Amino acid sequence: MRSAPVRFGVVVFPGSNCDADSYHAVSTFPGASAQYLWHKDTDLKDVQAVILPGGFSYGDYLRCGAIARFSPIMQSVIDFAESGGLVMGICNGFQTLVEAGLLPGGLIRNTGLKFVCRYVNLRVETTDTPFTGACEKGELLRIVVKHNEGNYTVDADTLSSMKANDQIVLRYVDAAGEQAEGANPNGALDDIAGVCNEARNVFGMMPHPENSVEAGLAGGTDGRKLFQSIIDAVLRTAEVRS
Amino acid sequence: MNVRVYVTPKKGILDPQGAAVERSLPNLGFTGVSGVQIGKIIDLTITADGLTAEAAHAQVDDMCRKLLANPIIEDYAFTVSEG
Repeated sequence: MRSAPVRFGVVVFPGSNCDADSYHAVSTFPGASAQYLWHKDTDLKDVQAVILPGGFSYGDYLRCGAIARFSPIMQSVIDFAESGGLVMGICNGFQTLVEAGLLPGGLIRNTGLKFVCRYVNLRVETTDTPFTGACEKGELLRIVVKHNEGNYTVDADTLSSMKANDQIVLRYVDAAGEQAEGANPNGALDDIAGVCNEARNVFGMMPHPENSVEAGLAGGTDGRKLFQSIIDAVLRTAEVRS
Repeated sequence: MNVRVYVTPKKGILDPQGAAVERSLPNLGFTGVSGVQIGKIIDLTITADGLTAEAAHAQVDDMCRKLLANPIIEDYAFTVSEG
């Protein structure tokens, strides 16, 4: 028997601009369905995974993600995350998750002081997360970044505990899969492109997997594995429960 | 109460904007400049009957920690004055 589609919620803040792309990306999977979650609502509509999309929520006023973090829907997303729900933040969504304290560290201005919009190579550093379970360790994903504040930073103590807990999920690397000068688009500490929390159910990344889900289009399909991983993880959890 | 909050990049974290300005100052003949940091000033007024300076101070500190600054990447300081 085919299982019911995995239900994704895509949060829409004023200023989100990758919400429709994220919704569409989910919709390209026969095993998944998407619905929007409005920032003023508090109802997560019984979704099984939440995506905080890219964009410029609340105009990026004060700091990226700082105002979004206090929106009504985020209080429900925080509760959802704290009870083990899967939450993925992409770009501005990642910024919102660090502002909310759901992920360690912070995201500051790119070292080049410029908005960067280009392809990057990402190395999957761990497959022990619900977001990368369908990948191979060390696998390279070619995905775009498009941001001005993607320079990940964190204090030395937290970084070493993140390493010990295997929380660094994605790193910027060159085409050969090595950390190298020029491969990192924003100056992020230790070439970090994506991290998860200690409980591994909250994940943030600066690049945009939702723009790499369809063969024949410029973005390629490397983003699909991250969405597939989430679908697999939700179905596994459902099997365990039934 | 008139409040002025100063938010600056946290000590020890590279401030890309400050670094760029620091690199350009010598081009204008200003030598020996170091430690350039670019932050922001937030002015606000708190109006409440019987508000003491101490209570205002505590309130602003709370605002800074929760919203006005992100203590992971920023330092903050503020002044409170009657007005």
